[in-house]
Amino acid sequence: MTRGGASHPLVELTMARLREIFREPEALFWAFIFPILMSVAMAVAFPSSGAAPVPIGVRQGDGAEALRATLAASKTVAPRLVLAGDEERALRDGEVDIVVVPGTPPKYRFDAGRAESRAARLVLDDALKRAAGRREPWTAVEEHVSVPGSRYVDWLIPGLVGMGIIGTSVWGIAFSIVQARMRKLLKRMVASPMRRSHYLLAQVLARLMFLLPEVAIPLLFGRYVLGMPLRGSLLSLAVVSLLGALSCGAIGLLAASRTKTFEAISGLINLILLPMWIASGVFFSASRFPEVVQPFVQALPLTALVDALRAVVLEGAPLRAIGSELAILAVWGVVPFAIALKVFRWR
Amino acid sequence: MSDIAFRCEGLVKRYGDLVAVDHLSLSVRRGECFGLLGPNGAGKTTTIEILEGLLGPDEGMVEVLGLQWGSHEHELRQRLGIQLQETQLADKLTVEETLKLFRSFYNRGREVSELLQLVELESKRRSWVSKLSGGQKQRLSVACALAGAPDLLFLDEPTTGLDPQSRRQLWGILERFRADGGTILLTTHYMDEAEVLCDRVGIMDQGKVIALDTPKALISTLAAPKVITHYGTLEDVFMSLTGRHLREE
Repeated sequence: MTRGGASHPLVELTMARLREIFREPEALFWAFIFPILMSVAMAVAFPSSGAAPVPIGVRQGDGAEALRATLAASKTVAPRLVLAGDEERALRDGEVDIVVVPGTPPKYRFDAGRAESRAARLVLDDALKRAAGRREPWTAVEEHVSVPGSRYVDWLIPGLVGMGIIGTSVWGIAFSIVQARMRKLLKRMVASPMRRSHYLLAQVLARLMFLLPEVAIPLLFGRYVLGMPLRGSLLSLAVVSLLGALSCGAIGLLAASRTKTFEAISGLINLILLPMWIASGVFFSASRFPEVVQPFVQALPLTALVDALRAVVLEGAPLRAIGSELAILAVWGVVPFAIALKVFRWR
Repeated sequence: MSDIAFRCEGLVKRYGDLVAVDHLSLSVRRGECFGLLGPNGAGKTTTIEILEGLLGPDEGMVEVLGLQWGSHEHELRQRLGIQLQETQLADKLTVEETLKLFRSFYNRGREVSELLQLVELESKRRSWVSKLSGGQKQRLSVACALAGAPDLLFLDEPTTGLDPQSRRQLWGILERFRADGGTILLTTHYMDEAEVLCDRVGIMDQGKVIALDTPKALISTLAAPKVITHYGTLEDVFMSLTGRHLREE
């Protein structure tokens, strides 16, 4: 057999797909630059330097300046004067967690539904009563322990990694296939002796080349800039990422199996991904959803992926500890892939 | 080895109420260049796609290189060169990368560098497909079809939309392929193209072949009576046979 200077078809197909990606500046942005920007944004939003003073608003008026000065003496709060008309906005925008109106006794204005505001109330109350000369029955011994992995940002980063994996897998694979179908290139390919499985496999292989930077950049940034713990073994991390990317790739394949236009595929992918961004616990814990919907939430591929990533990254879980998540991901890989092969339209 | 490159008998293809191909039979010898002519919607593309194994007929029999599509698809694909009407090759691959990709699917055939030479695209080997002219794109598309040194070449409107120089360049490529013993089936709208390239032409209308002979014979039998002031051309034949479209529009 001669190939006239060409390599194995699977290699040529994968290389062709990779070349297309690398020659598309937008694709490079999403794969490499976006995770960095996202990480930088997190570093700015979640500075790792200790507990920040609680922002407190003091309503302008009689005694306001004195009250502000009193509070300023305390290291636990950061007071600022606010106009009465501007209070609501300052509270809503999170500029201050609570507003204090000077008086005897002072009045606290805050939203009891916000955890930060409830905490701010305690800190403020404590600071004011101490300043007023409250006698402490005793002073507790405080021992400050910093538990890496318990901060929101630590919890968020693996979630964002999972979101990145599913996004690139589904969008990348589905768009490339729909484009080839629209250009009648798929039809031309199957008019040649190309093996269909080689074409589909090449799409997935090319996608996997992006997995390493996609997973490594945010995790390393989290580890070395934000001080996030990275406890799991590299092997576990690789297995979870790879399985996640393959499963999500199969979902992308299925989404693109019959779709003929960019409009249709965009709508379809948004329909698949947006609910998962909310339900799968990327930004807040999926356990907040009511008990009745938990079976559905837990069965989502992104939930399994994000849970497995968190367990490995934050807790150092071995693979056997995340067996159920890996099993869910495997099912999401096999079933959509099998359906996609059955219904795939090559024309 | 049979003398027949491909044949079909009683082909029917329906799309709902529309009969795109209507009991069509055709037989083409090895080494022949056969042209399918016909107005848009006559069923040329449907016919050629059935012969290429891309569409299944509702009725009828197809045999290509003595083999059936159902039982020998992979072997047939290795021995056929196919160029489709609407394919747009990947914009961001170079000419050479595109040819290497297609060449990798075949077990036999020329070196990629020879293919580039054959279609006169050596100077463009490192250009992106998106930077090529229409004629260059079409030559690349034909080169992809030639990648596996096919016995039989199917071309669907290979020169539509090209300028005269590009058309002649492509004709040269096809004549060289024939000189090496290859068989060609092509569809075209250009009568001069069919006269120059084809040994025989079939004129199709409404899914049927309504005339089939050498270009010369068709001209002498069908065009002569109407033509007084100039020698008959295939175009005269075509218009006299399929002119209903003109009358209707």
